[in-house]
Amino acid sequence: MKPFTIHTGLVIPMDRSDVDTDQLVPKQFLKRVERTGLGQFLFYDWRFKNDGSVNPDFELNRPEYKDATILLARKNFGCGSSREHAPWALMDYGFRVVIASSFADIFYNNSFKNGLLPVRLLEKEVELLFQKANKEKGYKLTVDLEQREVRDDFGTKISFEIDQFRQNNLLKGLDDIDLTMKKEAEIKAYEAKHGIK
Amino acid sequence: MSTIIYPPRTMFRKIWDSHVVSDDPNGDVLLYIDLQLCHEVTSPQAFEGLRLANRTVRHPSKVYAVVDHNVPTKDRDKPIEDQIAKTQIDLLRRNCNEFGIKLYDVNDPNQGVVHVVGPERGLTQPGMTIVCGDSHTATHGAFGAVAFGIGTSEVEHVLATQTLRQKLPRTMLIKCNGKLPNGCFAKDLILYIIGQMTTAGGAGYAAEFAGEVFSDLSMDGRMTVCNMAIEMGARCGMIAPDQKTFNYLLGRDYAPDRNFWDTAIKQWKRLPTDDGAVFDKTVTFDIANIAPQVTWGTTPAQVVGIDGVVPNPADIGGNGDDNRKTAEAAINYMGLEPGMKMTDIKLDTVFIGSCTNGRIEDLRAAAAVIKGRKKADNVRVLVVPGSGPVKRQAELEELDKVFKNAGFEWREPGCSMCLAMNPDQLSPKERCAGTSNRNFEGRMGKNGRTHLCSPATAAASAIAGHFVDVRKF
Repeated sequence: MKPFTIHTGLVIPMDRSDVDTDQLVPKQFLKRVERTGLGQFLFYDWRFKNDGSVNPDFELNRPEYKDATILLARKNFGCGSSREHAPWALMDYGFRVVIASSFADIFYNNSFKNGLLPVRLLEKEVELLFQKANKEKGYKLTVDLEQREVRDDFGTKISFEIDQFRQNNLLKGLDDIDLTMKKEAEIKAYEAKHGIK
Repeated sequence: MSTIIYPPRTMFRKIWDSHVVSDDPNGDVLLYIDLQLCHEVTSPQAFEGLRLANRTVRHPSKVYAVVDHNVPTKDRDKPIEDQIAKTQIDLLRRNCNEFGIKLYDVNDPNQGVVHVVGPERGLTQPGMTIVCGDSHTATHGAFGAVAFGIGTSEVEHVLATQTLRQKLPRTMLIKCNGKLPNGCFAKDLILYIIGQMTTAGGAGYAAEFAGEVFSDLSMDGRMTVCNMAIEMGARCGMIAPDQKTFNYLLGRDYAPDRNFWDTAIKQWKRLPTDDGAVFDKTVTFDIANIAPQVTWGTTPAQVVGIDGVVPNPADIGGNGDDNRKTAEAAINYMGLEPGMKMTDIKLDTVFIGSCTNGRIEDLRAAAAVIKGRKKADNVRVLVVPGSGPVKRQAELEELDKVFKNAGFEWREPGCSMCLAMNPDQLSPKERCAGTSNRNFEGRMGKNGRTHLCSPATAAASAIAGHFVDVRKF
């Protein structure tokens, strides 16, 4: 997995709550059998109109956000289906960070497995970032995983919480399965105790 | 052997504690998984990951697979037209074959929606930890199991190690006062609860539904309730096992056989939450006066009684601005007007089925309402049984005839229009009453409009051509 240490990038404000994984990757693109190449389908039904033409009103299609790598949204981001296609598509499109006031559990978990950092901030902090992103042209943030901190060029500094295990794995890009396999003795002991062969 | 003396514990905690393989000091727990269910959509990349890393499936006998999301619900004798869907289904076959996993294939008599098949085969049992790459895995909590949806990387992790790294969630107790009124079913109950809890009200929690309202429900009803726990953001939902649970399981393919039955019951009876156990949060709802529920928006929490109206976003307070904007966008997407009576909403399509409401009791409830009547002319109605056994039972009871005589289509089992990965889809702006679990934008087809409701409300509304109050129907 791609490690994540520190990232500075352009912020795209997406002023919505309950952005669900059906929007992140509509179901017609779940029939693929690869993890890669899903960026083209990210927010497909919002990016494109019924006739297939580009929807110029959708945030992602606005030229000023073309190179955005940090997605800013409101509460309950990634709710709904468990599809890991959602973080796969976000990463493939070029996003490295999603900032929101809350995330759905499964999406939050899935992101860490793929090197995408979900940053949970307080509602008022998210509101502050929205205000800044809407005011300052080309608003950038630096997301520092080691320091657990989000900061901008205007002196804003916001710290965020993340559990140590996830932080460590993401910093080093460690593979969960490898780590668990080091616990083989414990798994074997559990299975022996429960008569599992 | 030493015995640990525990303080009073919740059912969730008992099951959790008994599955801890190792407990890291930083709070991460390696949890043993008793059962993994797989389907064709979220598993291909997991199997591919195993192959790339030269790993195997640790316990093929603890993994069961089923094709459900992509399968057509008619003309099963013909080859699948959608080549990409076919590839995914073929790949699941190949993966199951290669790794020695039992598959309920398209033409297996027991094929169906994964969350209908698991319980029906007796795979789902009290006290188990159950996962599936599908958010509606919470369904299995109806048996007093800890069951939750996971992503594909976690599917791979469980295949390789039979364990999962987890954080201990907080626990929530959900209680209801009063009896479920006439015309209201498990679906109305859970929609009402989600409406009160909001879409994220359960986030970070393992929820237990307890008390008479829930224990009075049949197993089918309990599954409907737990199925939608995810729609309020809960990690899982569960209901304590009791005699109904045991009766349901007795004699099923994978339920403990005669020699082990008594021992199993003894263990299962120890699972319910102890008196005095502490939950991190308790919520109570009065449900004695609820009406049949119908969603008006694009989340399951945007719901109102059938005798109500589409709300005015200006009246939606809560967190202020944010909720109002969300409601405005939803009403706009749904093509409704604030203040419009729910019973004035006209329908193009009615879908009865899914892992939420595709079981035999759901079909009975739908059939009972419409017996001897005909659907409205301009409405198409799909009835999609949740599984082969549900379909056969319905046919034995001649429910299929009731549906066909009403002009409803009687289909083969699968997820169908619930997520519309197969040919069963809505066109833009087409309006559907669905017994499924999600009314998200585009869920049933791009720009399609979905209203969630119970099977009885859906069936009655198919007859009228618009939403109706099933209590007066």
